[in-house]
Amino acid sequence: MFSALLKRELMVARRNWIGIVIPLFFFIMVVSLFPFGVSPEAPVLQKIAPGIIWVAALLSTLLSLEQFYRSDYQDGSLEQTLLIAGPTQVASAKILAHWLLTGLPLVIISPLLGILMQINHGFVESNHTWVLMLSLLLGTPTLCLIGAIGMSLALAANRNGMLVAILVLPLYVPILIFGTSTVTASLENFSYNGQLAILAALLMIALVVSPFAAGRALKISVS
Amino acid sequence: MASRWRWFHQLGSPKWFFEKSSKWLPWIWASTLILLAIGLYYSLWASPIEARQGQGHTVRIMYIHVPAAALSMVGYVVMAIASIIGLVWKMKMAFAASRAIAPIGAAMTFIALFTGAVWGKPTWGTWWEWDARLTSELLLLFLYLGFIALHSSFAERAKADKAASVLAIVGVINVPIIYFSVKWWNTLHQGYSVTQKGALAPEFQVPLFIMIGAFYLLFIGLVIMRLRVEVLIREQKSRWVSDWAASHEPKQMQKRG
Repeated sequence: MFSALLKRELMVARRNWIGIVIPLFFFIMVVSLFPFGVSPEAPVLQKIAPGIIWVAALLSTLLSLEQFYRSDYQDGSLEQTLLIAGPTQVASAKILAHWLLTGLPLVIISPLLGILMQINHGFVESNHTWVLMLSLLLGTPTLCLIGAIGMSLALAANRNGMLVAILVLPLYVPILIFGTSTVTASLENFSYNGQLAILAALLMIALVVSPFAAGRALKISVS
Repeated sequence: MASRWRWFHQLGSPKWFFEKSSKWLPWIWASTLILLAIGLYYSLWASPIEARQGQGHTVRIMYIHVPAAALSMVGYVVMAIASIIGLVWKMKMAFAASRAIAPIGAAMTFIALFTGAVWGKPTWGTWWEWDARLTSELLLLFLYLGFIALHSSFAERAKADKAASVLAIVGVINVPIIYFSVKWWNTLHQGYSVTQKGALAPEFQVPLFIMIGAFYLLFIGLVIMRLRVEVLIREQKSRWVSDWAASHEPKQMQKRG
Protein backbone atom coordinates (compact mmCIF):
# COMPACT_ATOMS: atom_id res chain seq x y z
CA MET A 1 0.00 0.00 0.00
CA PHE A 2 2.79 2.39 0.94
CA SER A 3 4.63 1.87 -2.35
CA ALA A 4 1.40 2.41 -4.28
CA LEU A 5 0.83 5.68 -2.44
CA LEU A 6 4.41 6.74 -3.04
CA LYS A 7 4.15 5.85 -6.72
CA ARG A 8 1.04 7.95 -7.01
CA GLU A 9 2.73 10.95 -5.41
CA LEU A 10 5.73 10.63 -7.72
CA MET A 11 3.53 10.28 -10.78
CA VAL A 12 1.48 13.35 -9.90
CA ALA A 13 4.71 15.25 -9.37
CA ARG A 14 6.19 14.09 -12.70
CA ARG A 15 3.18 15.39 -14.56
CA ASN A 16 3.64 18.72 -12.89
CA TRP A 17 7.43 18.77 -12.94
CA ILE A 18 7.71 22.54 -13.26
CA GLY A 19 6.33 22.78 -9.75
CA ILE A 20 9.27 20.69 -8.55
CA VAL A 21 11.87 22.78 -10.36
CA ILE A 22 10.57 26.15 -9.15
CA PRO A 23 11.59 25.69 -5.47
CA LEU A 24 15.02 24.59 -6.66
CA PHE A 25 15.43 27.74 -8.75
CA PHE A 26 14.13 29.74 -5.83
CA PHE A 27 16.84 28.18 -3.66
CA ILE A 28 19.61 29.08 -6.10
CA MET A 29 18.29 32.58 -6.75
CA VAL A 30 17.83 33.53 -3.11
CA VAL A 31 21.40 32.48 -2.35
CA SER A 32 22.80 34.32 -5.37
CA LEU A 33 21.10 37.54 -4.28
CA PHE A 34 23.41 37.90 -1.32
CA PRO A 35 26.65 38.57 -3.21
CA PHE A 36 24.78 41.48 -4.84
CA GLY A 37 23.23 42.65 -1.61
CA VAL A 38 26.03 42.20 0.90
CA SER A 39 29.40 41.98 -0.77
CA PRO A 40 30.98 39.85 -3.49
CA GLU A 41 34.23 39.51 -1.55
CA ALA A 42 35.19 35.93 -0.82
CA PRO A 43 35.97 36.20 2.93
CA VAL A 44 32.66 37.93 3.63
CA LEU A 45 30.68 35.47 1.53
CA GLN A 46 32.36 32.52 3.15
CA LYS A 47 31.45 33.82 6.57
CA ILE A 48 27.74 34.19 5.82
CA ALA A 49 27.47 31.21 3.47
CA PRO A 50 26.27 28.52 5.94
CA GLY A 51 23.46 30.67 7.30
CA ILE A 52 22.30 31.85 3.91
CA ILE A 53 22.33 28.45 2.26
CA TRP A 54 20.44 26.97 5.20
CA VAL A 55 17.85 29.73 5.39
CA ALA A 56 17.28 29.44 1.65
CA ALA A 57 16.86 25.67 1.97
CA LEU A 58 14.34 26.23 4.75
CA LEU A 59 12.32 28.73 2.73
CA SER A 60 12.30 26.65 -0.43
CA THR A 61 11.07 23.64 1.55
CA LEU A 62 8.25 25.79 2.90
CA LEU A 63 7.46 27.03 -0.60
CA SER A 64 7.17 23.55 -2.05
CA LEU A 65 4.92 22.25 0.72
CA GLU A 66 1.82 23.90 -0.75
CA GLN A 67 2.07 21.97 -3.97
CA PHE A 68 2.23 18.58 -2.30
CA TYR A 69 -0.80 18.98 -0.11
CA ARG A 70 -3.01 21.79 -1.37
CA SER A 71 -4.14 20.43 -4.74
CA ASP A 72 -4.82 16.95 -3.33
CA TYR A 73 -6.96 18.51 -0.65
CA GLN A 74 -8.85 20.73 -3.06
CA ASP A 75 -9.73 18.11 -5.67
CA GLY A 76 -10.78 15.61 -3.01
CA SER A 77 -8.18 12.97 -3.79
CA LEU A 78 -6.73 13.34 -0.30
CA GLU A 79 -10.05 12.30 1.16
CA GLN A 80 -10.17 9.29 -1.15
CA THR A 81 -6.64 8.11 -0.31
CA LEU A 82 -7.43 8.47 3.39
CA LEU A 83 -10.36 6.13 2.86
CA ILE A 84 -8.22 3.34 1.44
CA ALA A 85 -5.09 3.76 3.59
CA GLY A 86 -4.28 4.74 7.15
CA PRO A 87 -3.53 8.41 7.81
CA THR A 88 0.01 7.67 9.01
CA GLN A 89 0.74 5.81 5.79
CA VAL A 90 -0.63 8.58 3.61
CA ALA A 91 1.38 11.16 5.51
CA SER A 92 4.60 9.13 5.30
CA ALA A 93 4.19 8.64 1.55
CA LYS A 94 3.66 12.36 1.08
CA ILE A 95 6.64 13.25 3.25
CA LEU A 96 8.94 10.79 1.50
CA ALA A 97 7.84 11.97 -1.95
CA HIS A 98 8.24 15.58 -0.88
CA TRP A 99 11.77 14.96 0.32
CA LEU A 100 12.79 12.88 -2.71
CA LEU A 101 11.59 15.58 -5.08
CA THR A 102 12.62 18.75 -3.28
CA GLY A 103 14.98 17.90 -0.40
CA LEU A 104 17.27 15.54 -2.26
CA PRO A 105 17.71 17.84 -5.32
CA LEU A 106 18.60 20.57 -2.86
CA VAL A 107 21.34 18.41 -1.37
CA ILE A 108 22.64 17.51 -4.81
CA ILE A 109 22.74 21.11 -6.03
CA SER A 110 24.33 22.47 -2.84
CA PRO A 111 27.97 22.10 -4.05
CA LEU A 112 27.12 24.61 -6.77
CA LEU A 113 26.00 27.04 -4.11
CA GLY A 114 29.12 26.27 -2.13
CA ILE A 115 31.12 27.43 -5.14
CA LEU A 116 28.95 30.53 -5.57
CA MET A 117 29.41 31.43 -1.91
CA GLN A 118 33.19 30.72 -2.00
CA ILE A 119 32.91 28.09 0.70
CA ASN A 120 36.30 26.60 -0.16
CA HIS A 121 38.03 29.94 -0.42
CA GLY A 122 41.57 29.92 0.95
CA PHE A 123 41.72 26.17 1.52
CA VAL A 124 43.46 23.57 -0.56
CA GLU A 125 41.34 20.67 0.57
CA SER A 126 37.68 21.00 -0.33
CA ASN A 127 35.95 18.94 2.34
CA HIS A 128 33.66 21.80 3.37
CA THR A 129 31.41 21.02 0.45
CA TRP A 130 30.97 17.50 1.73
CA VAL A 131 30.14 18.77 5.19
CA LEU A 132 27.56 21.13 3.72
CA MET A 133 26.00 18.30 1.74
CA LEU A 134 26.03 15.99 4.73
CA SER A 135 24.39 18.55 6.97
CA LEU A 136 21.69 19.19 4.36
CA LEU A 137 21.25 15.46 3.84
CA LEU A 138 20.51 15.02 7.54
CA GLY A 139 18.59 18.27 7.92
CA THR A 140 16.26 18.50 4.92
CA PRO A 141 14.28 15.32 5.76
CA THR A 142 13.54 16.83 9.17
CA LEU A 143 12.39 20.02 7.45
CA CYS A 144 10.01 17.99 5.29
CA LEU A 145 8.76 15.99 8.28
CA ILE A 146 8.00 19.04 10.43
CA GLY A 147 6.63 21.01 7.49
CA ALA A 148 4.18 18.18 6.82
CA ILE A 149 2.60 18.68 10.26
CA GLY A 150 2.16 22.42 9.77
CA MET A 151 0.87 22.09 6.24
CA SER A 152 -1.61 19.35 7.13
CA LEU A 153 -2.94 21.45 9.99
CA ALA A 154 -3.37 24.53 7.84
CA LEU A 155 -5.07 22.71 4.94
CA ALA A 156 -8.62 23.42 6.00
CA ALA A 157 -7.86 26.92 7.24
CA ASN A 158 -9.19 29.96 5.46
CA ARG A 159 -5.80 31.52 4.95
CA ASN A 160 -2.66 29.77 3.87
CA GLY A 161 0.93 30.30 2.82
CA MET A 162 1.91 32.75 5.52
CA LEU A 163 0.04 30.78 8.16
CA VAL A 164 2.12 27.65 7.46
CA ALA A 165 5.28 29.71 7.77
CA ILE A 166 4.20 31.05 11.16
CA LEU A 167 3.37 27.58 12.42
CA VAL A 168 6.46 25.85 11.14
CA LEU A 169 9.33 28.34 11.32
CA PRO A 170 9.65 28.30 15.15
CA LEU A 171 10.00 24.53 14.96
CA TYR A 172 12.64 24.86 12.23
CA VAL A 173 14.96 26.92 14.41
CA PRO A 174 16.85 24.02 16.08
CA ILE A 175 17.61 22.48 12.69
CA LEU A 176 18.80 25.82 11.38
CA ILE A 177 21.04 26.31 14.42
CA PHE A 178 22.73 22.92 14.22
CA GLY A 179 22.80 22.85 10.41
CA THR A 180 24.66 26.13 10.16
CA SER A 181 26.90 25.41 13.11
CA THR A 182 28.00 22.16 11.45
CA VAL A 183 29.21 24.04 8.39
CA THR A 184 30.64 26.91 10.41
CA ALA A 185 32.62 24.50 12.60
CA SER A 186 34.04 22.87 9.50
CA LEU A 187 34.96 26.25 8.02
CA GLU A 188 36.83 27.11 11.20
CA ASN A 189 38.56 23.72 11.19
CA PHE A 190 36.81 22.51 14.33
CA SER A 191 35.26 19.11 14.82
CA TYR A 192 31.69 19.01 13.54
CA ASN A 193 30.71 15.46 14.52
CA GLY A 194 28.70 16.61 17.53
CA GLN A 195 26.49 18.91 15.48
CA LEU A 196 25.97 16.22 12.86
CA ALA A 197 24.97 13.78 15.59
CA ILE A 198 22.39 16.23 16.92
CA LEU A 199 21.02 16.76 13.40
CA ALA A 200 20.70 12.99 13.10
CA ALA A 201 19.01 12.80 16.51
CA LEU A 202 16.51 15.50 15.49
CA LEU A 203 15.81 13.52 12.35
CA MET A 204 15.14 10.38 14.39
CA ILE A 205 12.74 12.19 16.72
CA ALA A 206 10.91 13.76 13.79
CA LEU A 207 10.75 10.40 12.03
CA VAL A 208 8.96 8.89 15.00
CA VAL A 209 6.61 11.77 15.82
CA SER A 210 5.87 13.50 12.56
CA PRO A 211 4.17 10.86 10.33
CA PHE A 212 1.73 10.13 13.12
CA ALA A 213 1.04 13.79 13.94
CA ALA A 214 0.76 14.77 10.27
CA GLY A 215 -1.57 11.84 9.68
CA ARG A 216 -3.84 12.96 12.50
CA ALA A 217 -3.73 16.48 11.12
CA LEU A 218 -4.70 15.28 7.62
CA LYS A 219 -7.58 13.37 9.13
CA ILE A 220 -8.77 16.48 10.97
CA SER A 221 -8.52 18.58 7.82
CA VAL A 222 -10.72 16.32 5.71
CA SER A 223 -13.20 15.51 8.48
CA MET B 1 -14.47 4.38 41.45
CA ALA B 2 -17.26 6.44 40.02
CA SER B 3 -17.18 8.94 42.83
CA ARG B 4 -13.45 9.38 42.64
CA TRP B 5 -13.66 10.60 39.08
CA ARG B 6 -16.82 12.57 39.57
CA TRP B 7 -15.07 15.96 39.71
CA PHE B 8 -13.40 15.19 36.38
CA HIS B 9 -16.69 14.40 34.69
CA GLN B 10 -18.24 17.48 36.23
CA LEU B 11 -15.42 19.61 34.85
CA GLY B 12 -16.44 18.32 31.44
CA SER B 13 -19.86 19.88 31.81
CA PRO B 14 -19.88 23.51 30.65
CA LYS B 15 -23.01 24.30 32.63
CA TRP B 16 -21.59 22.92 35.87
CA PHE B 17 -18.36 24.84 35.36
CA PHE B 18 -20.14 28.06 34.54
CA GLU B 19 -22.30 27.91 37.64
CA LYS B 20 -19.57 26.84 40.01
CA SER B 21 -16.88 29.18 38.72
CA SER B 22 -19.00 32.22 39.49
CA LYS B 23 -18.69 31.16 43.12
CA TRP B 24 -14.98 30.47 42.89
CA LEU B 25 -14.05 33.74 41.25
CA PRO B 26 -14.54 36.13 44.19
CA TRP B 27 -12.34 33.92 46.38
CA ILE B 28 -9.66 33.67 43.71
CA TRP B 29 -9.63 37.40 43.06
CA ALA B 30 -9.61 38.24 46.76
CA SER B 31 -6.66 35.99 47.47
CA THR B 32 -4.88 37.24 44.34
CA LEU B 33 -5.25 40.84 45.50
CA ILE B 34 -4.07 40.07 49.02
CA LEU B 35 -1.04 38.12 47.82
CA LEU B 36 -0.22 40.75 45.20
CA ALA B 37 -0.48 43.53 47.76
CA ILE B 38 1.79 41.74 50.22
CA GLY B 39 4.16 40.60 47.51
CA LEU B 40 4.45 43.98 45.83
CA TYR B 41 4.94 45.81 49.11
CA TYR B 42 7.53 43.30 50.19
CA SER B 43 9.38 43.25 46.89
CA LEU B 44 9.19 46.90 45.89
CA TRP B 45 9.72 48.60 49.25
CA ALA B 46 10.58 46.27 52.09
CA SER B 47 13.12 43.99 50.44
CA PRO B 48 16.78 44.98 50.41
CA ILE B 49 18.54 46.08 47.26
CA GLU B 50 21.19 43.88 45.75
CA ALA B 51 24.51 45.41 46.70
CA ARG B 52 27.04 42.76 45.78
CA GLN B 53 26.59 42.84 42.01
CA GLY B 54 25.92 46.55 42.02
CA GLN B 55 22.46 46.05 40.64
CA GLY B 56 20.79 48.39 43.10
CA HIS B 57 17.08 48.70 42.59
CA THR B 58 17.04 46.85 39.29
CA VAL B 59 16.96 43.59 41.22
CA ARG B 60 13.31 44.36 41.93
CA ILE B 61 12.49 43.53 38.32
CA MET B 62 13.10 39.92 39.31
CA TYR B 63 9.83 39.82 41.27
CA ILE B 64 7.86 40.31 38.06
CA HIS B 65 10.24 38.63 35.65
CA VAL B 66 10.60 35.25 37.34
CA PRO B 67 6.88 34.63 38.04
CA ALA B 68 5.91 35.69 34.51
CA ALA B 69 8.53 33.43 32.98
CA ALA B 70 7.42 30.51 35.15
CA LEU B 71 3.79 31.02 34.21
CA SER B 72 4.63 31.32 30.52
CA MET B 73 6.01 27.76 30.59
CA VAL B 74 3.44 26.31 32.97
CA GLY B 75 0.69 27.86 30.86
CA TYR B 76 1.97 26.19 27.73
CA VAL B 77 2.23 22.80 29.42
CA VAL B 78 -1.31 23.11 30.77
CA MET B 79 -2.51 24.15 27.32
CA ALA B 80 -0.84 21.09 25.78
CA ILE B 81 -2.28 18.77 28.45
CA ALA B 82 -5.75 20.23 27.86
CA SER B 83 -5.21 19.65 24.14
CA ILE B 84 -4.31 16.01 24.71
CA ILE B 85 -7.39 15.54 26.91
CA GLY B 86 -9.51 17.18 24.24
CA LEU B 87 -8.16 15.04 21.43
CA VAL B 88 -8.22 11.75 23.33
CA TRP B 89 -11.44 12.01 25.35
CA LYS B 90 -13.20 14.48 23.04
CA MET B 91 -13.92 16.75 25.96
CA LYS B 92 -15.42 20.07 24.92
CA MET B 93 -14.23 21.91 27.99
CA ALA B 94 -10.61 20.89 27.39
CA PHE B 95 -10.57 22.55 23.98
CA ALA B 96 -12.21 25.64 25.44
CA ALA B 97 -9.56 25.69 28.16
CA SER B 98 -6.62 25.51 25.77
CA ARG B 99 -8.18 28.29 23.72
CA ALA B 100 -8.67 30.36 26.88
CA ILE B 101 -5.09 29.88 28.07
CA ALA B 102 -3.30 30.80 24.83
CA PRO B 103 -3.56 34.64 24.91
CA ILE B 104 -2.84 34.80 28.63
CA GLY B 105 0.19 32.58 28.24
CA ALA B 106 1.35 34.71 25.34
CA ALA B 107 0.97 37.82 27.51
CA MET B 108 3.02 36.19 30.29
CA THR B 109 5.72 35.30 27.76
CA PHE B 110 5.75 38.86 26.51
CA ILE B 111 6.00 40.23 30.06
CA ALA B 112 8.90 37.87 30.78
CA LEU B 113 10.72 38.94 27.63
CA PHE B 114 10.02 42.63 28.18
CA THR B 115 11.06 42.73 31.82
CA GLY B 116 14.06 40.62 30.89
CA ALA B 117 15.10 43.22 28.33
CA VAL B 118 14.63 46.06 30.82
CA TRP B 119 16.63 44.16 33.40
CA GLY B 120 19.28 43.13 30.91
CA LYS B 121 20.13 46.68 29.88
CA PRO B 122 21.59 47.80 33.24
CA THR B 123 23.05 44.43 34.28
CA TRP B 124 24.32 42.91 31.04
CA GLY B 125 24.59 46.16 29.11
CA THR B 126 22.30 45.02 26.33
CA TRP B 127 18.58 44.84 25.69
CA TRP B 128 18.82 41.57 23.88
CA GLU B 129 21.32 38.80 23.46
CA TRP B 130 20.94 35.66 21.34
CA ASP B 131 21.34 33.57 24.42
CA ALA B 132 19.81 30.08 24.56
CA ARG B 133 17.16 30.88 27.12
CA LEU B 134 16.13 34.20 25.59
CA THR B 135 15.88 32.64 22.16
CA SER B 136 13.83 29.67 23.32
CA GLU B 137 11.51 31.95 25.27
CA LEU B 138 11.04 34.02 22.10
CA LEU B 139 10.17 30.80 20.26
CA LEU B 140 7.60 30.08 22.97
CA LEU B 141 5.96 33.41 22.17
CA PHE B 142 5.92 32.46 18.48
CA LEU B 143 4.34 29.10 19.33
CA TYR B 144 1.60 30.80 21.33
CA LEU B 145 0.98 33.22 18.47
CA GLY B 146 0.97 30.32 15.98
CA PHE B 147 -1.66 28.56 18.09
CA ILE B 148 -3.85 31.68 18.18
CA ALA B 149 -3.35 32.33 14.45
CA LEU B 150 -4.18 28.74 13.52
CA HIS B 151 -7.20 28.61 15.79
CA SER B 152 -8.67 31.77 14.33
CA SER B 153 -8.22 30.72 10.69
CA PHE B 154 -10.98 28.13 10.58
CA ALA B 155 -14.63 28.61 9.84
CA GLU B 156 -15.62 25.56 11.88
CA ARG B 157 -14.78 25.64 15.56
CA ALA B 158 -14.49 21.85 15.88
CA LYS B 159 -11.78 21.74 13.24
CA ALA B 160 -9.99 24.74 14.72
CA ASP B 161 -9.95 23.07 18.14
CA LYS B 162 -8.44 19.84 16.87
CA ALA B 163 -5.88 21.41 14.53
CA ALA B 164 -4.65 23.93 17.10
CA SER B 165 -4.44 21.14 19.70
CA VAL B 166 -2.11 19.10 17.50
CA LEU B 167 0.09 22.18 17.14
CA ALA B 168 0.09 22.79 20.89
CA ILE B 169 1.18 19.21 21.55
CA VAL B 170 3.96 19.32 18.96
CA GLY B 171 5.23 22.64 20.31
CA VAL B 172 5.51 21.41 23.88
CA ILE B 173 8.97 20.05 22.96
CA ASN B 174 10.18 23.61 23.38
CA VAL B 175 9.29 23.85 27.08
CA PRO B 176 11.97 21.48 28.45
CA ILE B 177 14.44 23.16 26.10
CA ILE B 178 13.69 26.53 27.75
CA TYR B 179 13.80 25.03 31.21
CA PHE B 180 17.12 23.25 30.79
CA SER B 181 18.68 25.78 28.40
CA VAL B 182 20.63 27.42 31.20
CA LYS B 183 22.07 24.07 32.13
CA TRP B 184 22.81 22.78 28.64
CA TRP B 185 24.28 25.93 27.17
CA ASN B 186 26.46 28.01 29.39
CA THR B 187 25.61 31.42 27.97
CA LEU B 188 24.61 34.77 29.36
CA HIS B 189 21.39 34.04 31.25
CA GLN B 190 22.07 32.95 34.81
CA GLY B 191 21.40 29.45 36.02
CA TYR B 192 18.41 28.17 37.92
CA SER B 193 18.64 29.41 41.48
CA VAL B 194 15.15 30.12 42.78
CA THR B 195 14.65 27.03 44.94
CA GLN B 196 18.30 26.07 45.34
CA LYS B 197 19.48 26.16 48.91
CA GLY B 198 21.71 29.11 49.65
CA ALA B 199 21.70 30.45 46.11
CA LEU B 200 19.21 33.16 46.95
CA ALA B 201 19.10 34.92 50.32
CA PRO B 202 15.82 34.48 52.23
CA GLU B 203 15.04 38.20 52.07
CA PHE B 204 14.88 37.84 48.30
CA GLN B 205 13.38 34.38 48.27
CA VAL B 206 10.32 35.03 50.45
CA PRO B 207 8.88 37.94 48.46
CA LEU B 208 9.69 36.08 45.25
CA PHE B 209 7.68 33.06 46.38
CA ILE B 210 4.79 35.30 47.38
CA MET B 211 4.88 36.91 43.94
CA ILE B 212 5.02 33.53 42.20
CA GLY B 213 1.97 32.45 44.21
CA ALA B 214 0.19 35.68 43.34
CA PHE B 215 0.94 35.20 39.64
CA TYR B 216 -0.39 31.65 39.72
CA LEU B 217 -3.63 32.88 41.24
CA LEU B 218 -3.81 35.77 38.80
CA PHE B 219 -3.29 33.35 35.94
CA ILE B 220 -5.99 30.99 37.21
CA GLY B 221 -8.41 33.88 37.69
CA LEU B 222 -7.81 35.25 34.22
CA VAL B 223 -8.12 31.82 32.62
CA ILE B 224 -11.41 31.17 34.41
CA MET B 225 -12.75 34.55 33.25
CA ARG B 226 -11.81 33.83 29.65
CA LEU B 227 -13.08 30.29 29.91
CA ARG B 228 -16.47 31.54 31.09
CA VAL B 229 -16.75 33.75 28.02
CA GLU B 230 -15.53 30.87 25.85
CA VAL B 231 -18.21 28.60 27.35
CA LEU B 232 -20.94 31.17 26.70
CA ILE B 233 -19.86 31.52 23.06
CA ARG B 234 -19.63 27.78 22.51
CA GLU B 235 -22.87 26.91 24.26
CA GLN B 236 -24.87 29.86 22.96
CA LYS B 237 -27.46 27.58 21.40
CA SER B 238 -28.16 25.63 24.56
CA ARG B 239 -31.06 26.32 26.83
CA TRP B 240 -29.25 27.24 30.02
CA VAL B 241 -27.25 29.97 28.27
CA SER B 242 -30.35 31.68 26.95
CA ASP B 243 -31.93 31.39 30.39
CA TRP B 244 -28.83 32.88 31.96
CA ALA B 245 -28.74 35.66 29.37
CA ALA B 246 -32.38 36.46 29.96
CA SER B 247 -31.86 36.79 33.70
CA HIS B 248 -28.75 38.96 33.19
CA GLU B 249 -30.15 41.27 30.56
CA PRO B 250 -29.56 44.96 31.36
CA LYS B 251 -32.67 46.62 32.69
CA GLN B 252 -33.01 49.19 29.92
CA MET B 253 -33.07 46.46 27.30
CA GLN B 254 -35.74 44.62 29.19
CA LYS B 255 -37.90 47.71 29.24
CA ARG B 256 -37.53 48.23 25.52
CA GLY B 257 -38.26 44.56 24.87
